Amino acid sequence: MITTVVYAVVALAAIGAIAALILYFVAQKFKVYEDPRIDLVTDKLPGANCGGCGFAGCRALAEAVVKTESLEGKFCPVGGDGVMKQVAEVMGLKAEESDPMIAVVRCNGGKCNNVSKVEYDGLRDCSFANMNFSGEGGCANGCLGFGNCVSACKFDALEMDETTRLPKVKQDKCVACGACVKACPRKIIELRKKGKNDRRVFVSCMNTEKGAEAKKNCTSACIGCGKCAKACPFEAIMVTNNLAYIDFNKCKSCRKCVAECPTGAIHAVNFPEKQVKSETNEGSISEKTI
Amino acid sequence: MNTFKLGGVHPEENKIARNHSTETFALPQKAVVFVSQHLGAPSTPVVQKGDRVKTGQLLAKADAFICANTHSPYTGVITKIDLATDFNGYKKPAFYIDVEQDEWEEGIDTSETIEREIKLEPQQIVERIKDRGIVGLGGAAFPTHVKYMIPSDKKAEYLIINAVECEPYLTSDNRVLLEHSEEVLIGVEIMKKALGVKCAKIGIENNKPEAIAQMQKAAKDFEGTEIVPLKTKYPQGAEKQLVYALTKREIPSGKLPIEVGCVVNNVGTALAIYYAVQKNRPLIDNILTYTGKDVKENKNLLVRVGTPIRSIIDYCGGLPESTGKIISGGPMMGKAIVNIDAPTVKTTSSILVMTEKESKRKPQTNCLRCGKCVSACPMGLEPIQLSLLSKQHRWEEAEKECAMDCIECGCCLFTCPAGQPLLDLIRVAKSNIGAIRRERSKK
Repeated sequence: MITTVVYAVVALAAIGAIAALILYFVAQKFKVYEDPRIDLVTDKLPGANCGGCGFAGCRALAEAVVKTESLEGKFCPVGGDGVMKQVAEVMGLKAEESDPMIAVVRCNGGKCNNVSKVEYDGLRDCSFANMNFSGEGGCANGCLGFGNCVSACKFDALEMDETTRLPKVKQDKCVACGACVKACPRKIIELRKKGKNDRRVFVSCMNTEKGAEAKKNCTSACIGCGKCAKACPFEAIMVTNNLAYIDFNKCKSCRKCVAECPTGAIHAVNFPEKQVKSETNEGSISEKTI
Repeated sequence: MNTFKLGGVHPEENKIARNHSTETFALPQKAVVFVSQHLGAPSTPVVQKGDRVKTGQLLAKADAFICANTHSPYTGVITKIDLATDFNGYKKPAFYIDVEQDEWEEGIDTSETIEREIKLEPQQIVERIKDRGIVGLGGAAFPTHVKYMIPSDKKAEYLIINAVECEPYLTSDNRVLLEHSEEVLIGVEIMKKALGVKCAKIGIENNKPEAIAQMQKAAKDFEGTEIVPLKTKYPQGAEKQLVYALTKREIPSGKLPIEVGCVVNNVGTALAIYYAVQKNRPLIDNILTYTGKDVKENKNLLVRVGTPIRSIIDYCGGLPESTGKIISGGPMMGKAIVNIDAPTVKTTSSILVMTEKESKRKPQTNCLRCGKCVSACPMGLEPIQLSLLSKQHRWEEAEKECAMDCIECGCCLFTCPAGQPLLDLIRVAKSNIGAIRRERSKK
């Protein structure tokens, strides 16, 4: 009886030993060397896997950083400078300082200014509506209002404003990953510099029609008059295709353009209300959504 | 009686305007003609602001292979070349013309006498089709000459003419068959000569018995042209379905009809080719149906390209109060008109005024898993599966499930008892798959 037990134990031990030996050699033979720094860098990254850096996820960014041994063109918008500094420490590199960015909705038409002229009953999806018609308000460049950007945001940083039917960026939550920029079929959302004290000035319109045509559909459209460009002391404003654009690298947030704009298409956000030197659009600017 | 194999639906026919003979619509005083009115590369304007143009004169030239010429439908002065709003509400470059009298360009035969003898050689015919700006009048506006330049490894055996007019309400093809039967048949002869084929089949659905009878009578003089009555079923006018109904050949997924030796053209295109080749007339007008359950006067109108849609509506007694939607094309595949001040284009085959009740979508409820969409799909797809994949942005999987084979006929949407936006979602998937494929081909 006891011998049976002994045989079984010995046989099992032998099989175990042989299998262990085989496994050891196989593991040696097919060993894949992985740079331990990849794991270290991955640990420093936020783990949101949002794709905002342009890579497939956090680990893909870490692999790219380790492989190329450089931080050029690799930036985690979610973690920002803090995280990039830590990554640079792991890698023994120097992180470049960058300006924090934020998503900005460049349309202020919506239900209020770009009044609905037709009713749409198809799929409530911006890319589908964009295939079919110019929008309920008639502006072919404006926000369609079905919220593809909102559903694309992984950080709950966008919401639909029910009164204006425009998406609203929650400033404290937006990490500038750029998912909404890709989701918008009309390229209305742009990543812009957050600006000093979170104060920024931008043209909240994408309409490239001539002034009269643009105004037919929307009361707050940029009509391409060029007053802002003339008023700007820093040459930060360019008018192309009947549409003004403020270069955020040149803009010093002086807000001279805001006061000049006859339609209120230029928005200044997070400035103290009193100091707004607007004559034509008094009081209407500070409340605008960004 | 022949028809296609899979799926299909039977919408109410509503061919209200079928017995109204075609009227010629008066020339508008001011017209807007879009520079490009076809699928493919845009055409380049060859006239300038202030130029005086004659009817039939070239306005915009085709530079690329898949591109078509645009000719002036009017005599008058070009006041400007600027953006104009199309019926979708989008801006496109267009010629604004102040219309004077109607003076045709030299070399164009405007008489009504029927020219029977085909003088041009096959190569010359294709050149003429290209020169006269002929595009497919079935709806897609694909430049017709491209179909006649057959790759050297393929051979055409059949010419298929689509005269089924499977969309409800539309009656313009019916009028073409009844009023221009001989011209259509000569057009078919021309197309046969250009392709070098002996056999042509004209498919007509059996809900147009007068057209079938008249065409059969007229076709006796034309050897090799067969009129085939088909069992009425939507979407018989779709290329793949029609080829199957007429020849029992199946076009493989993602391939063109030439793969099985067929070239498919619409009956309207056949008429346009007759005018282009025998009379040297460019494509500047077409027959359109103005119809609807509550409209005052249902009409079939011969309209020049560039006529404002509003003027057509006003001419036919204005919009009825019950109007819910105005559609360009048929109720199944047509597109809702957002801007009725837009001008007509080469392919505007119909202006359909739907009542509020008709045009409303069914209230949306949860999918019942009844499988009606699957049995209705003429391409043998699973619309519900595709729409779910689309909802979840799983484009690659949707591609594997053959989303690109969808012909957007709308049978699934029509038949769904739960009012699910099946086709809408599939179209979103298709456009995303298209983008992915373009990315891939770049690499």
